[in-house]
Amino acid sequence: MGKQIVALATAIFASITISTAQAAEPKHGGILKIYHRETPPSLSIHEEATFSVNIPAMGVFNNLVIYDQHKPQNSLDTIVPELATSWAWSKDAMQLTFKLRQGVKWHDGQPFTAKDVKCTFDLLQDKAQDKFRKNPRKDWYAFVNDVSINGDNEVTFHLKRPQPSLLAMLASGYTPIYPCHVSAAQMRTHPIGTGPFKFVEMKQNESIKLEKNPDYWKKGLPYLDGIEYTIIKNRATAVLAFVAGKVDVTFPTEMTAALVKDIKSQDSTAICEIKPINVSTNLIVNREAAPFNNPELRKAMALSLDRKSFIDIILQGQGDVGGSLLPPPEGVWGMPPDILKTIPGYGDVKKDREQARAIMTKLGYGPDKPLKIKVSTRNLATYRDPAAILIDQFKSIYIDAELEPVESSAWFAKVARNDYSVGLNLTGNGIDDPDQAFYENYSCGSERNYTHYCNKDLEKLFDQQSAEVDPAKRKKLVWEIDKKIQEDVARPILFHARTGTCWKPYVKNMTIMSNSAYNGYRYEDIWLDK
Amino acid sequence: MGTYLIRRFFLMLLTLFGISVLVFTMLRVVPGNIADILFDAAGMIDTAEKAKLEKELGLDRSIAVQYGQWIGGLAHGDLGYSYVSEKPALEEIAPRIPITAKLAGLALLFAIVFGVPLGVISAVKQNSAVDYVLRVISLSGLSMPAFWLGLLILMAFVKFFGTIPIYTDPPKGFWAALWLFSVPAAAVGFRSSALVMRLTRSSMLEVLRQDYIRTARAKGASDSNVNYHHALRNAVLPVVTVIGIEAAFLMGGLIVTETVFNIPGVARFLVEAIRWRDYPIVQNLVMFIAMVAVSINFLVDLLYAVLDPRIKYSG
Repeated sequence: MGKQIVALATAIFASITISTAQAAEPKHGGILKIYHRETPPSLSIHEEATFSVNIPAMGVFNNLVIYDQHKPQNSLDTIVPELATSWAWSKDAMQLTFKLRQGVKWHDGQPFTAKDVKCTFDLLQDKAQDKFRKNPRKDWYAFVNDVSINGDNEVTFHLKRPQPSLLAMLASGYTPIYPCHVSAAQMRTHPIGTGPFKFVEMKQNESIKLEKNPDYWKKGLPYLDGIEYTIIKNRATAVLAFVAGKVDVTFPTEMTAALVKDIKSQDSTAICEIKPINVSTNLIVNREAAPFNNPELRKAMALSLDRKSFIDIILQGQGDVGGSLLPPPEGVWGMPPDILKTIPGYGDVKKDREQARAIMTKLGYGPDKPLKIKVSTRNLATYRDPAAILIDQFKSIYIDAELEPVESSAWFAKVARNDYSVGLNLTGNGIDDPDQAFYENYSCGSERNYTHYCNKDLEKLFDQQSAEVDPAKRKKLVWEIDKKIQEDVARPILFHARTGTCWKPYVKNMTIMSNSAYNGYRYEDIWLDK
Repeated sequence: MGTYLIRRFFLMLLTLFGISVLVFTMLRVVPGNIADILFDAAGMIDTAEKAKLEKELGLDRSIAVQYGQWIGGLAHGDLGYSYVSEKPALEEIAPRIPITAKLAGLALLFAIVFGVPLGVISAVKQNSAVDYVLRVISLSGLSMPAFWLGLLILMAFVKFFGTIPIYTDPPKGFWAALWLFSVPAAAVGFRSSALVMRLTRSSMLEVLRQDYIRTARAKGASDSNVNYHHALRNAVLPVVTVIGIEAAFLMGGLIVTETVFNIPGVARFLVEAIRWRDYPIVQNLVMFIAMVAVSINFLVDLLYAVLDPRIKYSG
């Protein structure tokens, strides 16, 4: 009897060991099915500014360099070569040279060369004859003077001044290399890349289909035969489709904490991760319109905020308090809690509000004479819900606010015209990097600097941190800048949201990035254990 | 009759012209155009790039010129290009019509097959237990929001059968299509059948009180002969009108059902196109739906004469 038990135990152990070994060995084949929340405006990553495009299109392309797709926190330390085999900075940090991979072919069979890299950046810098219909990230390359080619297999970026962050921007999912021989217009409807998957078709309101690139330069990859993005607009239907197994993965970062709970209750085997997406919800105040041109009033507004309430009510606790950069531990550059605490409005809510009321009283407002304002925001739930809470919080400092929902398509035009007094906005960061966040959102004259905040002294610090090659020194500068931005009530950050992604347990090698929602969708080594 | 048909035909043309002007103007009155929306996602508006895009799409021209170009194109069968997909509008619209037609046809069939007989039964068995049950069912059908019923059905399928009847790929073959469309058609048809049932019931009750029905019974006609031959034929006219209206509605009004069941039909596409301000798609789709609606209306009018020989059309 004893021997039998030992034999049985050995057999069970052996079978577990074998099955584990089998599970660990990637399998080729199968179509990965992911639901997509909407029809993307096009599949030309360079022309769009939403991860609705990056998610299906990233698999079609390659970058020069890319964030390691299995390290959730994107940073300069996690950048790995892709179409480049190596890179080197010149001693003065004014030139960045890439050695390029040889033998890589575009999906239409043409060879990839250094000319394609130059063409891509000429398009981005508006130097090419062909033009993008829109070019939302041309400012990323404001400090690139030129891109030169040294034969077919080497390119050099010549900078106007040192900018270590250039590498971070090149590693983003937003920076694929485009082919010279395909027009910008065709790239919108039928993209040609060098990536692990070839574009097959995109049908509005139906699906986006990608198939395996059999000539992919990474031998043995991709494991999948293809990826199908089924467009399901209705989130309730999409969740049910996931639970029923019609799709293997939910649309990345689309699930709220409540939906994740719902999914887990219906399918306990589902693997779900809730992570920050580096999108902040913020308050914008028109600094040029009275009475908001008074810094005291803006300070009072910032002091009225109870950030934890926003997170608890809207996100069931799944959010973070921070400055303009995503806070640690997921964020690389965000201010630590001990610095945050020292900023007015980030401390004790009760005390802050008392101070705010005192300011408001001094300005002539009170319970019997509240300041009447409109809080404008896009007419979408993700905007309206926090705006409603904001209005409630303003009441505590004698501000009687009314919600003004603005038709989504008219929102940025209205803000650009300065046709608002107080608003609530969402700001997404493509990469977790101070250059992108500061220059885009707080630099004098930037199109995305909605509040027209302009501090020339701070601008010098922007440049200083941008050119700083020592990461530790740069971080200190970044914290100093971010603190000053919050103290100046440039655009008070209400919260950084966390959202979820779920997938079936047979989907292997899935990694969700923890400080960006734009960079982790190459999917070349994902496989299905079916 | 000939004069009547000619008059109706020109009236249809006039209606379609009015609709074309209305939809064209309304689209341009609502705030934002495709350029605004394309830039919206970028969180900024580059005025130079926007102006260039508007010029490229012809949006910088006067409304009258744009309207003339559209109608001129329509007359030559050129529907223009979708602003979003940059494909010919016809190529985008055409594949969606059969999808919605199948769904609408099945829903209508469901409405007629269940609505008419149950309406007759309810009228014939007035104030009986059967009548009460049927009235409760019809009231539920009318009062239940389509999205709620649709989601309930989907949830039940997932819970009890572990599957979900939504459109993810084009069905392969007749039976697959029938299966795929029958569930959403039942969800839509439930409301339509409730409407048809209630109207058939009230119309039948009115007819059943007529003298000629009493005469038919006195002459010894069987119950089914009286109910279905004498009464229903006369009660069906208002029902046909409602079925006609429902048919026209179903071609363009299935937005909720198409969204919940993820069906890439006309209505969902139209709403998306409106969101994108994809003028060529919206204008042509609305015109198509309008043409279907006026054609059905016309057919219903003609059907009156077939169903009731007393009706004669004259110029």
